[in-house]
Amino acid sequence: MKNWKKRGAIVAGGLVAVGVAAALVLNALNSNIALYVTPSEVAAGKSPKGAAFRIGGMVKDGSVKRDNLTVHFVVTDMVKEIPVAYTGILPDLFKEGKGAVVQGKLAPDGSFTASEVLAKHDENYMPPQAQAALDAAKKDGGVAKQ
Amino acid sequence: MIPELGHFLLVLALCVAAVLGTLPLLGAHQRRREWIVLARPAAQVFFLLTAASFVALGWSFYVNDFSVLYVAEHSNSLLPTVYRLAAIWGGHEGSLLLWMFMLSCWTVAVATLSRTLDETMVARVLGVLGLVATGLLLFVLFTSNPFERLLPAAQEGRDLNPLLQDPGLVFHPPMLYMGYVGFSVAFAFAIAALLSGRLDAAWARWSRPWTLTAWIFLTCGIALGSVWAYYELGWGGWWFWDPVENASFLPWLLGTALIHSLAVTEKRGSFKSWTVLLAIGAFSLSLLGTFLVRSGVLTSVHAFASDPRRGIFILLLLVLVVGSSLALFAWRAPKVALGGQFGLISRESLLLVGNVLLVVACGSVLLGTLYPLIVDALNLGKISVGPPYFNTVFVPLMAPALFLMAAVPLARWKHADVKDMARRLWIAGALAIVGAIAIPMLMGGWTFLTGLGTLLSVWIAASMILQMIARLKSGIPPLSFWGMQLGHLGVAVFVMGVTLVGGFQEEKDVRMEPGDIVTVGGHEFKFIGITAVNGPNYKAARGEFQVIRNNVPTRTLYPEKRTYVSSEMPMTEAAIDPGVTRDVYVSLGEPLEGKAWAVRVYFKPFVDWIWGGCLLMALGGICAASDRRYRMRVKAAAAARTTALQGASS
Repeated sequence: MKNWKKRGAIVAGGLVAVGVAAALVLNALNSNIALYVTPSEVAAGKSPKGAAFRIGGMVKDGSVKRDNLTVHFVVTDMVKEIPVAYTGILPDLFKEGKGAVVQGKLAPDGSFTASEVLAKHDENYMPPQAQAALDAAKKDGGVAKQ
Repeated sequence: MIPELGHFLLVLALCVAAVLGTLPLLGAHQRRREWIVLARPAAQVFFLLTAASFVALGWSFYVNDFSVLYVAEHSNSLLPTVYRLAAIWGGHEGSLLLWMFMLSCWTVAVATLSRTLDETMVARVLGVLGLVATGLLLFVLFTSNPFERLLPAAQEGRDLNPLLQDPGLVFHPPMLYMGYVGFSVAFAFAIAALLSGRLDAAWARWSRPWTLTAWIFLTCGIALGSVWAYYELGWGGWWFWDPVENASFLPWLLGTALIHSLAVTEKRGSFKSWTVLLAIGAFSLSLLGTFLVRSGVLTSVHAFASDPRRGIFILLLLVLVVGSSLALFAWRAPKVALGGQFGLISRESLLLVGNVLLVVACGSVLLGTLYPLIVDALNLGKISVGPPYFNTVFVPLMAPALFLMAAVPLARWKHADVKDMARRLWIAGALAIVGAIAIPMLMGGWTFLTGLGTLLSVWIAASMILQMIARLKSGIPPLSFWGMQLGHLGVAVFVMGVTLVGGFQEEKDVRMEPGDIVTVGGHEFKFIGITAVNGPNYKAARGEFQVIRNNVPTRTLYPEKRTYVSSEMPMTEAAIDPGVTRDVYVSLGEPLEGKAWAVRVYFKPFVDWIWGGCLLMALGGICAASDRRYRMRVKAAAAARTTALQGASS
């Protein structure tokens, strides 16, 4: 009897722990996921409204303009272009003509305010999300021309 | 010639590992002594061959042999010698060779230090390690041969990624791998015990110091990586929940659960199946970590762009290891005798709760790490899971575990006397409440999280110190006692650091011209100017900043912006003035118009406590692993050998 009770308590305790953890996990996942979107998708209005998301692509050549600590540049997948504003210090490998991922929100006027800019830590390395955006745009562009 | 020799030695090592992975295991099964005794010499030969192969790769780096593809890609004749040698593990192929080398070190250590262990058991443990080595060596030789030639040879190497040109590279990967790979020994002991059907206290006692040693290395390795990220990446953070960081943290969480579960198995004979599962899990997560980092499925500072075949190979290996060990477990576990009974509130039950919390926390981190990969694989889009997810899940799961940590050492085995525990803990509780109110107020303002963090930290620290004082009254306690206390004290120090730096750090990104002053965290920073300097393989703009406290200049900091000659890669070198109660941190952004620069300035209170805490945890581990009862066995063995020799000679 006593053993049975004890086992019951342990099982119940375990279930509660797992349940609480599951609730925490689902709740946290729901509010902390950032979707990756390509510039073409943003232009087509397919980006999340009101929530933060990430755009992957290339920093357009000649588009970087500094205004004190605020930097304006254009992220492109070679088909569509999205203007981005970011205030703060950029990562070392942020460069025109290189891949980058920006996280932030879209303003109603179609410009993007980034809270975070990611560029990767190897000259020849392209963030896969940026590469995927370029590839997707190339494919769609090809289809559109035919 | 040397690279071919290295390659050849590695092939030989594979052959020896294959022998080690089969004959001793079969011998143990069929009781054929001549196969059983093969285990030790095979392990030694395996070590010698792998070590020699490792040295061969090191030699190619040392003499700048750019006809070796791997050397040409990761080194350069301008690179200082120490980094040329550390560059051995600066890329994928060499890291795996380091993995193999570490595995061979652990294997030979088991072979050498287990003289008194039953020969059949040694054969089984070494055999399992041999199987693991065979799988990994096949992987190295077929998909990632570091000795591949480049013909015609390159004139000059492409250079090591400047981020890696740091003392961190010399220590962080070997420590981390030593820990990762060390769990293979715990795994091998568990599998060997399952095979023999003898999951007993003796097995736990043998397995414990090995597991602890691996855990110590892993703790140090993770802490070193964290320090490195803190000062080198120039972001000022100490943990980013980066998937690769998580990959090393997952085995740590399970390993922590494992060392506690092993303690119960050794002392009370309970939790046997649980311990075995944790040992299998910890090693599987080490393999998963290798897969995550090496397959290129992750975007991270650590991920080297690589060939998808490699990912599939490691994934297969992982499935094979997990699948076969779980199958073996399912087959053998029902025969495992139940251990001692214990009450609802006892040291066993409290340790079990802590264990479950650690495992659940590990599961939630695993989920957050793999979720983007799963979503991507199912073509549901590309997502990223950010640090807030991990913080919201991890903190509530760990808080009760930290709360228990202070009380468990006071709980008796079998049945704990709750009243007695309360009587011995109330002072710690009172101190914790005072601390939780006073410390955040003194630092600048109370918030729920800083209150919770300081509460738990003071609670653990006070309880540990009071326990030490109480225990000292009844004579000098054994090392294992100090190990436990120090380890837990380390956690308290760590939690305090995390809480205070998280709650009270200040960060400013500012535009500064020479002569400008910015105030952060009560320190004034005066920008003096920029000078150009030349390093051995880079050019740098060096900033000069005076740190002023109460109108008195206390320190001058020199952050740098470097450009490496061979790769033209820019690099930020932060300048840090470390201190026990605070770090101040300056790094250069980019030049703006005129003489102005973008500058990042940080004030980080108590950040060094984070790593100090890790160091204490590791020290605790060292004490626990060198407890007398493990050393006595060695002495007893030596004594036994001497008697045997005397017997033989007389």
